[in-house]
Amino acid sequence: MWLRNNALVASAGAAAVLVCAAVVLIFFWVPVDADQGFSQKIFYFHVPIALTAYLCFGWGAWKALLHLWKRPPGADLESYVAIHLGVIFGALTLITGSIWARVSWGIWWTWSSRQLVLFLVLFLFYAAYFMLRYSVDPGPARANISAVYALFGVVLIPISFLAIRLAEDFIHPTVFTSRGPQMAGSMFFTFCVSWAAMIALATALYQLELAGKRMDRTLRELREALE
Amino acid sequence: MTYIRDVTALARKDLLLELRARDTLPAMLLFVVAALVVFHFALPGSSSQLASKGLLWVAIIFTALLGLARAFAAEREQGLLDGLVLAPCDRSAIWLGKTFAMLMFLVLAEVVALPLYALFYSGIGWSTIAGVALANLGICAVGTLLAAMAAASRARELMLPLLFLPLAVPIVVGGVGASVVAASGRYLALLAVYDAVFAIISWASFEYVVTE
Amino acid sequence: MIRAQALSRRFGTKRVLERVDFEVPRGGFLVVTGPNGSGKTTLLRLVAGLLVPTSGTIQVDTDRSRLGFVAHEPLVYRELTALENLELYGRLYRVRERRERIGMLLERFGLWSVRNERAGSFSRGMMQRLALCRALLHDPDLLVLDEPFNALDEQGIELLDAQLEELRGTRTFLVATHDPARLDRLASGRLALA
Repeated sequence: MWLRNNALVASAGAAAVLVCAAVVLIFFWVPVDADQGFSQKIFYFHVPIALTAYLCFGWGAWKALLHLWKRPPGADLESYVAIHLGVIFGALTLITGSIWARVSWGIWWTWSSRQLVLFLVLFLFYAAYFMLRYSVDPGPARANISAVYALFGVVLIPISFLAIRLAEDFIHPTVFTSRGPQMAGSMFFTFCVSWAAMIALATALYQLELAGKRMDRTLRELREALE
Repeated sequence: MTYIRDVTALARKDLLLELRARDTLPAMLLFVVAALVVFHFALPGSSSQLASKGLLWVAIIFTALLGLARAFAAEREQGLLDGLVLAPCDRSAIWLGKTFAMLMFLVLAEVVALPLYALFYSGIGWSTIAGVALANLGICAVGTLLAAMAAASRARELMLPLLFLPLAVPIVVGGVGASVVAASGRYLALLAVYDAVFAIISWASFEYVVTE
Repeated sequence: MIRAQALSRRFGTKRVLERVDFEVPRGGFLVVTGPNGSGKTTLLRLVAGLLVPTSGTIQVDTDRSRLGFVAHEPLVYRELTALENLELYGRLYRVRERRERIGMLLERFGLWSVRNERAGSFSRGMMQRLALCRALLHDPDLLVLDEPFNALDEQGIELLDAQLEELRGTRTFLVATHDPARLDRLASGRLALA
């Protein structure tokens, strides 16, 4: 009961603990990768951030489906906030990926990373989500349209991934082998902690933004009721 | 049975409207020809034949976008979507009828574009044609739904390319792959999967895009 | 037939309808009045199902196939002829004996002679008459009319008056108007929006 009412505090607390733990593990505990050196440590940020972005888009699509199906009044806002967070994490994925490419291979962008290309496409897609949302007047119509688009996004993810994989056959990029490190026990543990930290961070930010937007809405309704 | 009759009535309406107004199809035809000409100047001499195949697909996508931007023009300008939404027919029939009509326009544009491409650049094989046929379905299915979304927005025509292009990535991959790779089967399969999945989701969700 | 309780509708931050209550029995004739911007059109669109309420409820005991709606726009395709327009709606509304009914309505509203002309060439009055044909085509139980007299000329007004007289009592009406005096003798109830 306490947990539900204080979701924001709880998740913020969990996030703080886990992020600290992750940073400690990444920089002080896990051994440096034999092949790629110190720069490989970006992996512990990049991949969990990417996975968390997927989770955000998935959660947003779930709330969108709920909105269309059962129409609970808060679902549209929750879907929007989740997708907003997904785009932020997506942008971070692109940035950390780019840094990793620069540090590892000396270039700022490569088309050979399927993950990166997929995120670029998804970033464009979900950026359009916001353009769409801001160009429709608030109301039931906007909520419906946003929800349908969010569902399209989540369907696009696997199909785009398939397409990008198939595209490699005729695009022939210079392939930079970045074999994910053979995950020794300590590396895997660190990775998991980092991932948990990202999820906790995303949850905390989600609750924070949601609380803020709900308060906005309540204030607006109060103001109108007084007029 | 009545569903099919509804779809037919609606598709007929859209084709009849185009026959009378004659604005969308001529624009698409002229655009695709102009695009193919511009591409000649966009390809430096050392470009491969394969590059021009890729540009064919760019031409198709953007020609389709031109047509799709007009898809709900009458309904939007004259508030006619209300009339269709109020009718007792299933709202998805509106989508299906409109998709058929758009498909007709796109096919007609390609009937001109493909031979012209063969004339200007290089020959077209069966796998390219199969790719175009499959891609058409996906483009029109998704495009019609997105056109309805764009019609509801203040930005109107501006929204459609923004919404459509990310979703067009798998289509372009499938189409170009089918055109340039010898083993085109996988790419045609990708297009088929895209068509099936997105047609179903467009069909099912159209209702929610046009109603509250 | 229609029951509204605490019906409210907002557009963004603008409150257009605020806690409206009314009831229209089967066979009733409710006249909705109010100045521009008072929400008459919004109310009618809520009844027709084109909008959903922000809060409150609206209950309409009929489905789309028995509802006839005349909006601010005539809802006819400019590039199609009068006949083609009615054919389309006739099919969508599954009107029985479609051709006969279309012919009868076109004649009743004085449009038979122009049935093969593009609706875009019609005057505003003729288009409004075509809109009325469209709304009556499927013989609806509930007629929701948004300022139907607006664009009509003398002859059109007479024709509409006659139609309303004929259907009064056997059909339910919800009519928004600027000019309530005209409908006084038909009205069974009045709703004034602020």
